[in-house]
Order: sequence, then structure tokens, then C-alpha cells
Amino acid sequence: MARIVVVGGSLGGLRVTEGLYAAGWDGEVVVLSAEEHAPYTRPPLSKAALTAAPDLATLAFKQRPEAGRAEWRYGVSAVSCDLDARTLRLSDGTDLSWDGLVAATGVEARRLPEVVGTGGHVVRTYDDCRALQERLTTGTRLVVLGAGFIGSEIAATAVRLGCEVDVVALDDVPMQAPLGREVGAAIQRRHEREGVRFHLGRGIASFTCGTDATRVTLEDGTKVEGDVLVQAIGSAPATSWLAGNDLDLTDGLVCDNDLRIEGRRGVVAVGDVARFPNPLIDDVPRRVEHWQMPMDTARRAAATLLSDLTAAVVDTAPFAPLPSFWSDQYDLRVQSFGSLAVADRAEVLEGDLDDEAVVGYFRGDDLVGALLLGMPRQMVRVRKMVVAALAQRQECPRDRDAPAAGGAA
Amino acid sequence: MRVDVDMDVCQNYGQCVFAAPEVFDLDDAGDLVYQGEVDDASRTDVEAAVMACPVQAIAIPD
Repeated sequence: MARIVVVGGSLGGLRVTEGLYAAGWDGEVVVLSAEEHAPYTRPPLSKAALTAAPDLATLAFKQRPEAGRAEWRYGVSAVSCDLDARTLRLSDGTDLSWDGLVAATGVEARRLPEVVGTGGHVVRTYDDCRALQERLTTGTRLVVLGAGFIGSEIAATAVRLGCEVDVVALDDVPMQAPLGREVGAAIQRRHEREGVRFHLGRGIASFTCGTDATRVTLEDGTKVEGDVLVQAIGSAPATSWLAGNDLDLTDGLVCDNDLRIEGRRGVVAVGDVARFPNPLIDDVPRRVEHWQMPMDTARRAAATLLSDLTAAVVDTAPFAPLPSFWSDQYDLRVQSFGSLAVADRAEVLEGDLDDEAVVGYFRGDDLVGALLLGMPRQMVRVRKMVVAALAQRQECPRDRDAPAAGGAA
Repeated sequence: MRVDVDMDVCQNYGQCVFAAPEVFDLDDAGDLVYQGEVDDASRTDVEAAVMACPVQAIAIPD
């Protein structure tokens, strides 16, 4: 019987498995899950799940019945893969051949080499969350390395739990790359009103980290001391198992618009590792680490695999999912639509950044995304506005030949 | 078909509104409102909403 192997047992792996069977696949599906847990939701791990002992039963995804038709191997990961021979070497020492392959390995939390083997935390998995949650009690002094979304959410959660929180980051404001300076600065002011202390725009000269004490010395001599250290310095796509296949692994897996990895038939990527061009934005392949992407990419990748491996007729419309993320910090919900990453300028369209606001993100004169700070009743309208603007750009692109901008203003 | 939303769990993320706008909406206060009984024609959309909900608050009981 023909076999599809899904490497990665989180949301993308689950949804592509369901999608394959729902779309008519009648062969085998084997899912390799590096973690010992059934697929679970990750967004709460840096928020609500840190406030009380996280409950895996609550976090686990409801699965469609189709998921049960697959063979799930927990605690097993892919060590290497030969794309020409269509074989995988697994962490349990066995080999597995395949007819179709799904790369759904996601991203791993980055760790500073100096912290490996010490008591320093990260927050990516349920086990990570649980380990940190046990340490976040009233009066704990927490040092957060990194001021992106995860670092900012952890800081907000911890300070509300009664911890003393210091955030150390190279950026000048929190969430600078995704949101831009002005919005980041406004969110920093909210954190500071809650009592979070920031040490930004400076590198680390040296630090020590143990289970119960951490001490960071910044380049300007500032010393930050705490009881617990958490690293929130970003993530890296988990692609090392595909090394040796002459693929570009510099930032995830380069896919065509149907999610085939470098155009190879029967080999697709889903979720955070998939770097694909989105015609809503432009023709530059990008990874998108947003909630909806594992679901959107899984649906498309399942259709592509069926088309490559069987005679199934598939959707030939361009794959153009709307990027969208949210973050909860204190009572503020931050919600985006569109691609803030390609904008060169941000402009407050409504409201006030220190209260509630709608911020437009522009590339040249084109609206490419929008961000809501609060303003829940504007959400549906703002999303429609972004969808309409992106659709109009697609029909008559003004800047087709313009180089992609590096990030938000 | 019936649609259930556990309003104690719902946090108004709005993902269901985008997946099945004919069934789910946000009211003027930004709170979720939805139809509990919908036409079978909406099943695919509602199933997408079930999967899209970040807090898994939506169920199709039948």
C-alpha cells in the first residue's frame, strides 16, 4: 500500500493527516511526533497556561475521526531523509520508506549556547511551559531575554502573577521587527505601567545562569539579577533532518505556491517551516508563523500530495491565505491582518496608541496590513478593509518590480 | 444541524467569523453572536470554524 509519512505531530501534521483522508487518500499515513504528547495548542503556553498548572487535556486538539486512521508514532523523530531514494532514518534506529512526504517539523526555540545545560528556560512545548509555570510565584525575580511576542507575553503574565520582571533585548522597543518602533514603544509603556523593567538596545557582555540564580551584565555595565531566566530569542525552523538533499535550508523549506518543496513531486511542507510565495503579497517565498497557517497550508498540501500521488483533480486557484496573528498582553488584544512584515511605514488610522487604535501598514502608497490595539468591534471591518486592499493590489500591482522591504517602519 | 459554542471558553478571537460569516458574527461590543441551528449547506464552513477556533469553544453536537 502506498505510504505518506508526515514528519511532525503538531497542528500542521494533524490537519494534513485529516485532510489527506478527508480528500480521499486510501493508503497509509504514518505520523512521526518528536513529542510524547498528542497534538496540543501552543498560543496559551506563553499566556493563560503559565498562570496555573497547564492541563494537557484542555490544551489537546479535538481531532476529526480521520486522524485515527493514521499510525501515530510518539517520541520518534526523523534523523535524516533521502529524497531521491524516498527513505527516512528515524531516531529509534529504524528506516521508513515513503511515497509521499510532508515536512511539518515546525520551529524550535533558539537557545544561547551559554544557557544550554543550565537552569535557563524556553517556552515552546507543553513541558517547557510546565517547567516555567512551577517557578512563577509571587516575588520571583524573572529575567526575560528577548522582547518579541513570546517574551512580551511571558513578561505580562509573570508580572500579573506578582513576579518582578526584567526584560533584556537587543531591539530598541518590544516587538520592533513585526510592529514597528512607534507601536512597540506604546506597548512598552503599557508594560512599564504594570511594573515591567526594560533593558533594551544593548547586547549582553556576560552572564551566568543557574537553576536558582541568574546574573546578566550588559555592554554598558548594567547588571540585571534574577532567580529565573527565560530565553525568548526567537525560533529556528527544524530542517536539519533534510540536510544532504541539496535543498536551500537557510530559512525553512522553499516551496512553490502548491507547497511542494523546491518543486519536487510528492514532497510538501506545511506550517511554520513552509516558505512559500503568497500572491496576496508578492512572489517572495516567506515563512509565516501564524495560528491559521498550519490549517491553511495543510489543506493545500494535502490536495497537492493527492494530485501528485493519485489521479485526483485538485484546486488550481492560487494559494493566497490571509496572514493574521494576535497577541494578548494584560487586557490588551493585539490583532493583525495582512503582511506587516513587508511594510515600510505604519500610520495610526483611528484612535490613540496609548488607548485603543487601528494602525495601517503601508508599502509605498499601498495598504498591506493593519493592526488593532483593542477595538474589538472594528475587527471585522478592518479585516475586510485589508482583504479589499490586497485584492486590489493583486489586480493592478503598482510595485511589482519594487524590491521587498525589510520590515515595518 | 446544531452549533454549540461554550461561551465560558470563547474569548472572541473572531476566527469563526472569518471561517463561517453566515453563522458567526461579533456584535457591537465585540462579543460573539451565532446561530445555534443552521442549514446543512454551512457544514463545511462550520467545520472550518471548529478547527480555526484557538480555544476550541465550538462543537457540532450531532
